[in-house]
Amino acid sequence: MTDTVATQPRPQKKASRWPYLIPLVAVLALGGVFAKRLLDVERGVEVNALPTVLLDTPVPAFDLEPLPGHAQGLKNEDLKGQVYLINFWGSWCVTCLYEHPVLLKVAAAGDIPIYGVAWRDTPEKSLAWLAERGDPYARSGQDPNSKAAIAFGVAQAPESFLVDAQGIIRYKQAGPISMQDWQTKIQPLAAMLKAQQKQ
Amino acid sequence: MSIEFIEIGHFALALALMVAMAQAIIPLVGAGRGNAAMMAVAKPAALMQLVLVLTAFIALIHAFVTSDFSVTGVYNNSHTAKPLLYKIAGTWGNHEGSLVLWVTILAIFGGSVAAFGNNLPPALKARALAVQGMISVGFIAFILFTSNPFLRILPAPSEGMGLNPQLQDPGLAIHPPMLYFGYVGFSMAFSFAVAALIEGRVDATWARWVRPWTLAAWTFLTMGIGLGSWWAYYTLGWGGWWYWDPVENASFIPWLTGTALLHSAIVVEKREALKSWTILLAIVTFSLSLLGTFLVRSGVLTSVHAFASDPTRGVFILVLLAIAIGGSFTLYAIRAPHLQGGGLFAPISREGGLLINNLLLTTAAATVLLGTLYPLITEVLSSNKISVGPPYFDGVFVPLMIPLIILMGIGPRLAWKRGDLGAALSRIKIAALASVAMMALSLVMNGAAKFTDIGGAFGLGMATWLALSTASEWIDRVKLTKGGAWQRITNLPRAAHGMTIAHFGMAVLIAGVSGAGAWKQEHIQTMAPGQSVEIAGYTMTFEGVKMIKGPNYDAGQATITATKGGDFVATMHPELRSYIQPPQQTTFTSIHTTFFADLYAALGEAQGAEGAFVTRFYYQPLIPFLWYGVLLMAFGGLVSLTDRRLRVGAPQRATPAGAMPAPEPAAAE
Amino acid sequence: MKRLVLLAAALCLSGAAYAVEPAEMLKDPALEARARDVSKELRCVVCQNETIDESHAEIAHDMRVLVRERITAGDSNQQIIDYMVSRYGDYVRLSPRFMTSTLILWIGPFVILLIGGFVVAARLRQAGLDPDLQIPDEQLAAHSEMGDKT
Repeated sequence: MTDTVATQPRPQKKASRWPYLIPLVAVLALGGVFAKRLLDVERGVEVNALPTVLLDTPVPAFDLEPLPGHAQGLKNEDLKGQVYLINFWGSWCVTCLYEHPVLLKVAAAGDIPIYGVAWRDTPEKSLAWLAERGDPYARSGQDPNSKAAIAFGVAQAPESFLVDAQGIIRYKQAGPISMQDWQTKIQPLAAMLKAQQKQ
Repeated sequence: MSIEFIEIGHFALALALMVAMAQAIIPLVGAGRGNAAMMAVAKPAALMQLVLVLTAFIALIHAFVTSDFSVTGVYNNSHTAKPLLYKIAGTWGNHEGSLVLWVTILAIFGGSVAAFGNNLPPALKARALAVQGMISVGFIAFILFTSNPFLRILPAPSEGMGLNPQLQDPGLAIHPPMLYFGYVGFSMAFSFAVAALIEGRVDATWARWVRPWTLAAWTFLTMGIGLGSWWAYYTLGWGGWWYWDPVENASFIPWLTGTALLHSAIVVEKREALKSWTILLAIVTFSLSLLGTFLVRSGVLTSVHAFASDPTRGVFILVLLAIAIGGSFTLYAIRAPHLQGGGLFAPISREGGLLINNLLLTTAAATVLLGTLYPLITEVLSSNKISVGPPYFDGVFVPLMIPLIILMGIGPRLAWKRGDLGAALSRIKIAALASVAMMALSLVMNGAAKFTDIGGAFGLGMATWLALSTASEWIDRVKLTKGGAWQRITNLPRAAHGMTIAHFGMAVLIAGVSGAGAWKQEHIQTMAPGQSVEIAGYTMTFEGVKMIKGPNYDAGQATITATKGGDFVATMHPELRSYIQPPQQTTFTSIHTTFFADLYAALGEAQGAEGAFVTRFYYQPLIPFLWYGVLLMAFGGLVSLTDRRLRVGAPQRATPAGAMPAPEPAAAE
Repeated sequence: MKRLVLLAAALCLSGAAYAVEPAEMLKDPALEARARDVSKELRCVVCQNETIDESHAEIAHDMRVLVRERITAGDSNQQIIDYMVSRYGDYVRLSPRFMTSTLILWIGPFVILLIGGFVVAARLRQAGLDPDLQIPDEQLAAHSEMGDKT
């Protein structure tokens, strides 16, 4: 293990070993990060969804045109004093098809009203979609230019927000709501918020 | 179903796994025991593996060319209507096939060491090939168990899914092989480094053996990155050429450390100094190549989409990386402290310069790595999503390059061991003055109204500095102005010419980056047939769009006439292509180059019924220099590779006083 | 899952329908230039590693239009970026903010350079003090000959 040295070996301090461990430590730390990421994915943590920064903040102001033939549009001030779900959807959105039956059931159960935002769509297509598949929405508004969607920080349809009676966003669902999502997450939270409201 | 070529290929790959295992174990044990017969297994094993893996690869290409959709890899990524070139390129245009390409290149490198490494010390050769065998085992197992393109589908589908049209491009057809030759080429430096750590000895001979492989890998990687950038430039349709995208960064980081390795290996070769550092760089560079191969493809870096569609892949990748990278760094931590010592040198010396070069290059690499991985790290640790984009990379990377470029002008003029800074500086006064003059000229001509004007002027100054200082160093070295210069030019080692060419190429590249970054002009508009717009003194007239049919796409092809001062310059035909399978639209840009600048046209969507279309025109001054620069750098690498010393290997070179001849293998431990 | 990935790739990667369209551009070149600058600082929320300036996703289009509306309404560049961040979080900001969680990101490179610089400087100084280097000139000349063969 002796090393060859071109000139005479200089008297040197005993070299410390620890700097040689730095690469290993760095790699292990990085490996840990990757491993945790993998575990998160395996556990089904939704790693792709953007976390909402709007949670527990007042719902953004919106005032949306009604769909043709509907009397009322959507305005945040009109919705005050109730717990509600606001759902961004589009007739162009494939995963909205999966969500739609769930929304119909939820609407039929009548726990909380669902308000629909027809996002980036023509009124004709939105109406046709609702006529064909049923309309779960207590009221609908149009958001052709993403004004409301951007205000809510919506990236991809469908996205839904649970808003309490004080107009505070309490829950965000990115992607379609499944029956399980409804039963395990949204419904209990909505019930709790309504109970709080009554007190 | 009869046994066909593809089954033979599949079987060959499985067999290659067995051979790789033998190659990984037997020579290693043999080297430890000093058993020549066991060490000798390495050579036939590596050659056998080359034959087997090549068989598998050719079988897969054959399946693609014959459009055998009963093979999963072909079904998922090919289509009968695709031109032959893209059927072949489709072989590696997907996850599974690209891994087969990867192991094929690995086997080619391993086979070349086995075939041509006859004057290597037997123990070093045995160990290096054993390490190569280990890498092979990992990769072939990964293919066979998680990403197998050879599996059959029953019943065979009649048509394939097609290849992403954006990948159907001649530039991108050869981009992955280039990149992989680069990535995998660094495996040689890695294998030699690990072998040297096991052996516990690093000397000039070792460096001389590692250098050509590193140089070859570097040359390929340079070309690969250049091709990728060029592809982005002419296909994406908005005139950019570098986006600091994780995919790009993944190839750029090993390039940076590989460049550092290339330079530090010179110090080991000449002066036997910086040994443990060079070993570290060799391991780091290949580790980063692995990271580039795997983590980008598995999506862990890009994070919007899921990490590996198949979780077993992710686990396999992680285990593989942990063994390869963790294992080699553990070995490094144990053995490297004993590699201390080596030639001494003064602060102002070639070694000193190369040391600072290494400091800057590795800091730059670490910075890009940090920025690339940071969003993932914060997300995993705090589930907070942030983005790190071009503003960060530009802001941190560019300042690191400035001292490096200044150093590149001075370093080559410093003597080994102890240099004379005053003498060196006095010889490059002209370059410094010219560089300042260039900045002033640019500021006068282009103005200094915007920050980009100043940045561009500074960049051009830097390019001038590097070009002139590099050229003048070469001129002084061959004493061009004195008699017998030609003799001296031909006598100068090719590696010296290579350095000059590569450094000069870097100067040219900087000019391209500066010009395109600072003075790019853009015109986006809707044009009706017959309308024209002015851009950078050119008049672009939109003549209209006609429908054309390609082999597997329909396209709207525009005719645009560029004139300057009434004189015809070029007719340009940008296209908007609609591919049939998969149904996808892509742009096909049209570029007219004048050697100094590019006129770039892209076609957008139709607007209304009157034949009006969105058109985008870019005037990109100096951007061709970017590509010339990359070519020159790669050419410099090639010239360096032809250096006689590297080809011969010459393990018995005249060693500096005090150096010992390579000990016998048995004495290694 | 794979299909989703493919779908997203198809949505985002196709370079055909692009980025900024003439219809959405502002008449005033100075304001338009500002809009481009702001757009290049904002990340598209559905695509990978694209600015909203480059992206042709529809939401990116609407964000570009909003950027222009805000500029016309008199907002500063920073106000617009802050608004987007208040809606989508730090994810949309391509130039990460300097804060505790990005401390390592921003100072990391300089720390690496400093530590590396110290190591290099120590090494060089140690070497410089070495008496072995006080070698006669002719020997130095011989060494520089050797250097010529690089």
